[in-house]
Amino acid sequence: MSEPLEYSRKSKNDHPPARYEGYKSTVHRSPQRKPIKIEHTLTEVTGPLFKNEKIDAGESDLSIVDGQEAQGQRIYVSGKVLDEDGKPVPNTLIEIWQCNAAGRYKHAVDQHPAPLDPNFTGKGRIVSNEKGEYKFTTIKPGAYPWGNHYNAWRPAHIHFSLFGPAFATRLITQMYFPDDPLFAFDPIFNSISDEAVRKRMISKFDLDTTEPDFALSFKFDFVLRGREATPFEGQD
Amino acid sequence: MSKLGITASQTVGPFLTIALKADGQEYIVPETVEGALKLSGRVYDGEGQVVPDAVIEIWQANIFGKYDHPEDTSDFEIINDFSGFGRSCTDKDGHFFFITLKPGRVPGRGNTLQAPHVSVNVFARGMLKQQVTRIYFSDEVKANTEDSVLNSIDDDSARNTLIAQRKEGNDGILEYTFDIHLQGKMETVFFDV
Ligand SMILES: [Fe+3]
Repeated sequence: MSEPLEYSRKSKNDHPPARYEGYKSTVHRSPQRKPIKIEHTLTEVTGPLFKNEKIDAGESDLSIVDGQEAQGQRIYVSGKVLDEDGKPVPNTLIEIWQCNAAGRYKHAVDQHPAPLDPNFTGKGRIVSNEKGEYKFTTIKPGAYPWGNHYNAWRPAHIHFSLFGPAFATRLITQMYFPDDPLFAFDPIFNSISDEAVRKRMISKFDLDTTEPDFALSFKFDFVLRGREATPFEGQD
Repeated sequence: MSKLGITASQTVGPFLTIALKADGQEYIVPETVEGALKLSGRVYDGEGQVVPDAVIEIWQANIFGKYDHPEDTSDFEIINDFSGFGRSCTDKDGHFFFITLKPGRVPGRGNTLQAPHVSVNVFARGMLKQQVTRIYFSDEVKANTEDSVLNSIDDDSARNTLIAQRKEGNDGILEYTFDIHLQGKMETVFFDV
């Protein structure tokens, strides 16, 4: 059997470091030894594909629970899952979670004294289609305070989890909204030193895909690791 | 061809269970299946505190050493009900567990065979990106000595952080313990994949 073609390595430099002192919890949760490089084997180039996962169409609409509408600004969040070569990543599981319009998560640990919304659970799932496309209907999340430092607030964001085609393409990230005044003060956003890389985490407002009298629309494409080279180069 | 820039990783944050916790996802097979084993442990930070807001994901081959994935073109059999994927959110004491079967040996690079192993992604609040590790099995002594990933680690105590220890003398299903130390003297070996 020929050797598995590696997933790209250089692109990994765009990820934040394990330790970033501005985000205090990283200080004791970041390894001190350098990770050991593994050349990719079948283990790394394969991964879960969720072929048998049953996903309800309603799971991509977070704005309604049991026929009751959630509070807040209704929005669409849609786009494509791509790889570094711009190729669509079809049939891949996307999971999201977020706080409600007031900045409160439906979670026992969240003590922010903002109102909970009985019609908002803040979780959703979808599988990208054949063209790599996905679309969620949800509520624009609020900003919320956290204990990292005095007067710390997170910019509005949605947590996204994506698998892609391989163990090596697994990604969990956060999608932000344009022009958030809190960007400059958020250590999680700023854990990425390169401004161009940070900007890629910000969605774009898109008038064309808004729905008149119903919902605003934000577009966001995900780019997962691609292959190191085309299958025609350097293969035996 | 000009490449697109990748989307960077961000932490799962403290509220990960909202979307990532669901019943039964620790069970890759039911406990009653012949050969079922329990793989469990705790996650610790650099101060020895347990990590109650982590999620551990595993990916493994089936008992024949076959991944349920189109890039595994070996002749070994796919087992329909065996996805090879599991997810476990840690509880308040930092515990995670999986019920699974021991994977077979899968090819490594250069016509080698890897020892039975399970791939692991660790995510948590306070982690800006996942850490990747592998679980090997203490009762696979010979296969472990032939594994090129294990053999790339010179330090014995570091190498041992990758070996799940089989519990002796319990009556129920086979149990293996695998603790994850994110930092510190017992720091788990993590991989750059
Ligand atoms: Fe959050």
